Amino acid sequence: MRPIATTRSTSGMPTGLLAVWWVVASEIVIFGGLLGSYIMYRLSHDAWAGQAANTNTEIGLFNTFVLLTSSLFAVLAHKAAEAGDGKKAARLLYYTIGGAVTFVCVKAFEWNMEISHGYTITANTFWSFYYTAAGIHALHVIAGAIIMAIVARDAAKNAELHRVELIGIYWHFVDIVWIFLFPLLYIAK
Amino acid sequence: MSENSDTNYVKIWAILLALLIVSYLGPMLEIQIVTLLTAFGIAAVKAYLVAKHFMHVNHVPRFVPYLMVTCLVFMLLFVAGTAPDVYRDSGDNWVKPEAQWQYMPPPVADHAEPAHH
Repeated sequence: MRPIATTRSTSGMPTGLLAVWWVVASEIVIFGGLLGSYIMYRLSHDAWAGQAANTNTEIGLFNTFVLLTSSLFAVLAHKAAEAGDGKKAARLLYYTIGGAVTFVCVKAFEWNMEISHGYTITANTFWSFYYTAAGIHALHVIAGAIIMAIVARDAAKNAELHRVELIGIYWHFVDIVWIFLFPLLYIAK
Repeated sequence: MSENSDTNYVKIWAILLALLIVSYLGPMLEIQIVTLLTAFGIAAVKAYLVAKHFMHVNHVPRFVPYLMVTCLVFMLLFVAGTAPDVYRDSGDNWVKPEAQWQYMPPPVADHAEPAHH
């Protein structure tokens, strides 16, 4: 028996897909509020520019490249799933997970470097925002990678292929959040 | 989504990477308007490309984009509501003591002496 989320549609789209869009809508408020607050404080405190100068732009650039590439793999996995090729979809999802792991490892290296220079979450308000925004985003990356592994395991057996699209939408949103975090935290100095 | 080939997705990805390079190089000119346009303008374009071509927002029922925009508008209303408190230090019958706070203490020294008690 298949779950209701994959068989019933009262909104013109599968309920599972609707649920993912609902999650994305909630995330818009969470990240939007966080970034909106950051921008407000950034504009009213000139000293933040000096603090932002201590973030490593090249690391941010590399991580943006990693996430954009992982998004490409995610959409290609979606296409493979639509074609009924579960094995290819699973393989592409594993590539996406590889991107997530790379992103988190680079982030850990970057934070280690910053913390060792005294830029901790309590150093001042800029760094509090920095670690909160990037940290919440990194948690979303980790959660997405775990869910993607579960979806890929089923997809490899040609089961529950519709879920490939659902995790893909979530992943692209996580990518979009980073697209805005990159200029805010690394470029605007 | 069926009209999209792998090649098209790779093309979109290549455009995203090209925009990423521009957003990195733009601020090096150190002209504020160029920085704003290349950093934040390009971020908006990249987000649009991802939403349109990777998330396929134009293929979902119309109420989904409306839902997203509604959430965005409510979020902006909340931000606008709190903005005066951030930008102003005082108002009618209120003063913000935080205005006296030291928001930006100097960074901690690399080899600070440990405290002795």
